[in-house]
Amino acid sequence: MSSLFSSLKMMTKGAMRCVLITNHLKFFETIGNFQLLQVTVRDALNQAMDEELERDERVFLLGEEVAQYDGAYKVSRGLWKKYGDKRIIDTPISEMGFAGIAVGAAMAGLRPICEFMTFNFSMQAIDQVINSAAKTCYMSAGLQAVPIVFRGPNGASAGVAAQHSQCFAAWYGHCPGLKVVSPWNSEDARGLLKSAIRDDNPVVVLENELMYGVAFEVSEQGLSKDFTIPIGKAKVERPGNHVTLVSHSRMVGHCLDAAAVLAKEGIECEVINLRTIRPLDVETIEASVVKTNHLITVEGGWPQFGVGAEICARIMEGPAFNYLDAPVIRVTGVDIPMPYAKILEDNSTPQIKDIIFSVKKTLNM
Amino acid sequence: MRLVSEFKFFIVKCDLHKLEEGPPVQAVLTREEGLQYYRTMQIMRRMELKADQLYKQKIIRGFCHLYDGQEACAVGIEAGINLTDHLITAYRAHGYTLTRGGTVREIMAELTGRRGGIAKGKGGSMHMYAKNFYGGNGIVGAQVPLGAGVALACKYQGKNELCVCLYGDGAANQGQIFETYNMASLWKLPCIFICENNRYGMGTSVERAAASTDYYKRGDFIPGLRVDGMDILCVREATKFAADHCRSGKGPIIMELQTYRYHGHSMSDPGISYRTREEIQEVRSKSDPISMLKDRMLNNNMASVEELKEIDVEVRKEIEDAAQFATTDPEPPLEDLCNHIFHNEPPLEVRGTNPWVKLKSVS
Repeated sequence: MSSLFSSLKMMTKGAMRCVLITNHLKFFETIGNFQLLQVTVRDALNQAMDEELERDERVFLLGEEVAQYDGAYKVSRGLWKKYGDKRIIDTPISEMGFAGIAVGAAMAGLRPICEFMTFNFSMQAIDQVINSAAKTCYMSAGLQAVPIVFRGPNGASAGVAAQHSQCFAAWYGHCPGLKVVSPWNSEDARGLLKSAIRDDNPVVVLENELMYGVAFEVSEQGLSKDFTIPIGKAKVERPGNHVTLVSHSRMVGHCLDAAAVLAKEGIECEVINLRTIRPLDVETIEASVVKTNHLITVEGGWPQFGVGAEICARIMEGPAFNYLDAPVIRVTGVDIPMPYAKILEDNSTPQIKDIIFSVKKTLNM
Repeated sequence: MRLVSEFKFFIVKCDLHKLEEGPPVQAVLTREEGLQYYRTMQIMRRMELKADQLYKQKIIRGFCHLYDGQEACAVGIEAGINLTDHLITAYRAHGYTLTRGGTVREIMAELTGRRGGIAKGKGGSMHMYAKNFYGGNGIVGAQVPLGAGVALACKYQGKNELCVCLYGDGAANQGQIFETYNMASLWKLPCIFICENNRYGMGTSVERAAASTDYYKRGDFIPGLRVDGMDILCVREATKFAADHCRSGKGPIIMELQTYRYHGHSMSDPGISYRTREEIQEVRSKSDPISMLKDRMLNNNMASVEELKEIDVEVRKEIEDAAQFATTDPEPPLEDLCNHIFHNEPPLEVRGTNPWVKLKSVS
């Protein structure tokens, strides 16, 4: 593993910046008293796995191309070189088989991370995820735990068309016995993946391929080896008074972008990053709705029986219903298999203008 | 009459696949072993017949897949491995739950869905668990990759343990089993794949389901043995042979046990529409595993008629006691409904059937 060092820039005026490019492509910024690192989501996931592999020798990673290829999307880059064949295992193309093997290993005392190259391929193995992993603790009345993580990219990518673009948040979110998380930024990715690996139960981690290369600032606290984000807790990314936008994964970024545009017109959006699909943090959403009286859900997946549909139902069943000044609006992917042509693909998932349009609609503007 | 303490029996030679040599053709049975195998097989037999009775009385509900006829497999396999080894099977699992350490009481109480059941009434017939026993699995074939995963953990943890991974002749055509053969072989996992071939996958005979009924060869690059599954000594010797193979680091091996179930596929199948009563009767009279062992012991002065009768009486009593427990133990409390969804988790709230019902779940 070679390190590349680039220019070292020093600036005064109360701020000092050091730019170091390491094999992990980190940018190190010191601003005032806070130390913030620019970390891509890919590197955040990589670091999280590296740290957990080091921390607990029962943790291991298996999946297609995770070892010698460094990961189909390079998320596991460097891990095989560091940990070897025993802990980073390349599998043949046998999702049902290797997912089952991972679950069996978890039952017998190990803590596997089972990577699906994309969650589209997890459909081949979904029986093992649901029937062998999710339900076993309950069926055995607590005798048999299954401490496993299933992770991989979920949802739409770019130009990969219908069979490689499905969002599985609703499918996995439906099932008791599973925890399902959906990180948006690097801090989410680090904290949620570490929590997932440390959790004694089956956790599905829905990453997003388009987010892998995006860099975010991560605080020093967020970089610590024991930094975890609790599963089941949403985060208010941006406070606001006029409307609540609830989202997960990549769409959180779209909501923040829409909020920035709307702020110029004096509309302040509160943006909630779900972070976890199951269990859903309804309380955070309710508290926000009580304040803003307007709710819009934004997701990349299809509308029917989706994440937004569930949020609507839960809000209706709870105390926040009486605080709504308008029905909840769902902004979702278009109800079609994903097309290939760029113009069609672009118009198949929510764009910032769709969110802005919906906000103005609900506010009767 | 003086009884002999042990006897050396000739057993049928196994058919071999990709193996130079197979298990020995002679097996030594001690009196002690013989009596223990006899008792365990009788317990298993009577337990299953009692389950049949309780099912017909509607005290057991849902699925109930009985194992009578196949006792030599479960007892013979256990005799060839250690309790520290691991085992996983499909849904015809009551016998294995017993050999792996479950008591008749807790097995029967699980069938009747009571709180004293081995899974507290949460699992039922197909979901019983014990130490180093991973069920009891309802999805045909899914247990095979799971078993290879357990074997992977054995190898990873370096404890010289192995995993016995069972499936039926019907399951043998599942794709995930071939995926598992491939990975287990590539990674040299200490896994004994055992196909319990009882000639019928539900109502479909092997000839109608499999292009090749040589299940011991279906692993292709994995060595295999075909074993007389009605002879407990054959099963034991083959299992010991297979266990040695695994423990020496050679990787997986396949055993096909030729066996037979007297009952239909499950209690809802009379079992005579796809096979003849004559066939069932012939197996019962010529190849019953318990009779075979009994005859061997009596004919060679290893046990007296009286002591075997005494065991029968004891077994009958044990089953009656267990059935009594299983029918009188209360059902699980409603408070238990949502428990055990997760392991090691702080208490959480679970939505009930309507929004006002908020139930509690503890680990």
